[in-house]
Amino acid sequence: MSIQRLFIANRGEIAVRIVRAAKSLGIHTIQAHSEADADMLAVRMADEAVCIGPAQAAKSYLDVDAVVQAAKEAGADAVHPGYGFLAESPKFARAIEDAGMIFVGPSADTIQSMGDKVSARQVADTAGVPVVPGSDGRVDDMDEAARIAERIGYPVMIKASAGGGGRGIRIAETADELAKFAPQARQEAQAAFGDGGIYIEKVIREPRHIEVQIMGDGKRAVHCFERECSLQRRRQKVWEEAPAFKLPEATRQAMCNAAVDLAEAVEYRGAGTVEYLYDAKADKFYFIEMNTRIQVEHPVTEMITGLDLVALMIRVAGGEALPVTQDDIKLNGHAIEVRLNAEDPLKKFMPFPGVVGKLDLPESDGIRVDHFLYEGYQIPPFYDSLIGKLIVHADTREAAIEKMAGALDTIEIGGLKTTIPLHKALAQSADVRAGRIHTQWLEPWLDAGNLEGQTGGAS
Amino acid sequence: MADIQSPVPGTFYQKPSPEDAPFKTDGDAVKTGDTIGLVEVMKSFIEVLAEADGTFGGYSADNEAAVSAGDVLATLK
Repeated sequence: MSIQRLFIANRGEIAVRIVRAAKSLGIHTIQAHSEADADMLAVRMADEAVCIGPAQAAKSYLDVDAVVQAAKEAGADAVHPGYGFLAESPKFARAIEDAGMIFVGPSADTIQSMGDKVSARQVADTAGVPVVPGSDGRVDDMDEAARIAERIGYPVMIKASAGGGGRGIRIAETADELAKFAPQARQEAQAAFGDGGIYIEKVIREPRHIEVQIMGDGKRAVHCFERECSLQRRRQKVWEEAPAFKLPEATRQAMCNAAVDLAEAVEYRGAGTVEYLYDAKADKFYFIEMNTRIQVEHPVTEMITGLDLVALMIRVAGGEALPVTQDDIKLNGHAIEVRLNAEDPLKKFMPFPGVVGKLDLPESDGIRVDHFLYEGYQIPPFYDSLIGKLIVHADTREAAIEKMAGALDTIEIGGLKTTIPLHKALAQSADVRAGRIHTQWLEPWLDAGNLEGQTGGAS
Repeated sequence: MADIQSPVPGTFYQKPSPEDAPFKTDGDAVKTGDTIGLVEVMKSFIEVLAEADGTFGGYSADNEAAVSAGDVLATLK
């Protein structure tokens, strides 16, 4: 292991997670923090802590020069970016390497090629991974756009090739709508991302979001099975499972193998995720993007495989070959994670950055809570609202849902409003229990008032 | 004089976006329900609304300042 001193360039629960994994490997940890995060849990747990700037993320966690400088001055030999912030910035990965340190993740070139949706799609296509039918790359000629739409069939989605987060997306049901919306999408993409490139894709009705966890050492890659992340609100995942439910075994194998092929095609190093849309009616899956980092929902994969993904990514970053082969990785039982956000689900998910009161977390066999809370901790208002994750593991999906419902009843996080009432209602939902869900299911369910009805409206 | 307080903790913005002018300037007429600023809390933007009619007396909190719930953001004359 060439990594002796690991600099953690992130905050919150993932920073705690990384400190734990690094300590299990005997690595000295240096935790970065903003002025607003001086008393966060990872700072208390790490061997050292360094302030990298003011509360605003743009002036601290997102400031490439400040982070690289701080890591160098701390004598770090490697930097773990966590997720979010600079985790998928090729500029950051390159700056770390130029400064003579190891970036815990794939190469800057891999991040870059996967970061642009058009080039990612081309790489996937070349590696033999099915992609959503659409334009081969960006379309600048509107007649060409119309011909492609005619060929793949309406409705079609018009997307910006740069950016993300759903901006610049239009759906055209007819040729007339395409003629109207495509120029709008170009304008919006130009304004938002400084690049008016668009591409066109077939619309998959009621898609499920299924993603495959892969791990590579730069030469060889393995998959750690898939996760089902179809319960989403505003394109944010709220409840994640492993494995996906009611997925034909041949489809699972094909999805997982395609993900490994893609990872090996880009000489992937570290933990990554290949995301697919799954059309359950047609039993077809399509590549949408690759995330070149550890993800929020990685614990469900850890629960069903027994692997420590964060420790593995640190080991391969340090130059080790993958210590596991595909045959070593077995799927065991079913795991579910729910995201605990400091938000009031009964008041349109209004953020609630309060002071943590009494804390009672039901951690025992098959129940895990990843978090950064302690009693008396003031949740800062400057960052996202994720305060932790509750993960359960059981033999079957039904048993896991029961275990989740039980854990949600006993967990206590005083002083805050959290999304626990949402998860309690989801655990009781007949659609969730039967697996009759897709990425467009949750928001109409919320709009129909299901949450209010199930969380004490009668009392 | 009436104070307009922050409803939540977070980062205060006097403008709808960095390129725009502030929501109000000194001497502007203010009606109940007018937006006088935004507070960013956990990546959400909450509008700060005037709760009374009056004349704008100026911002008390700097643009992009970190504020607590209840901090005075602006005053009305």
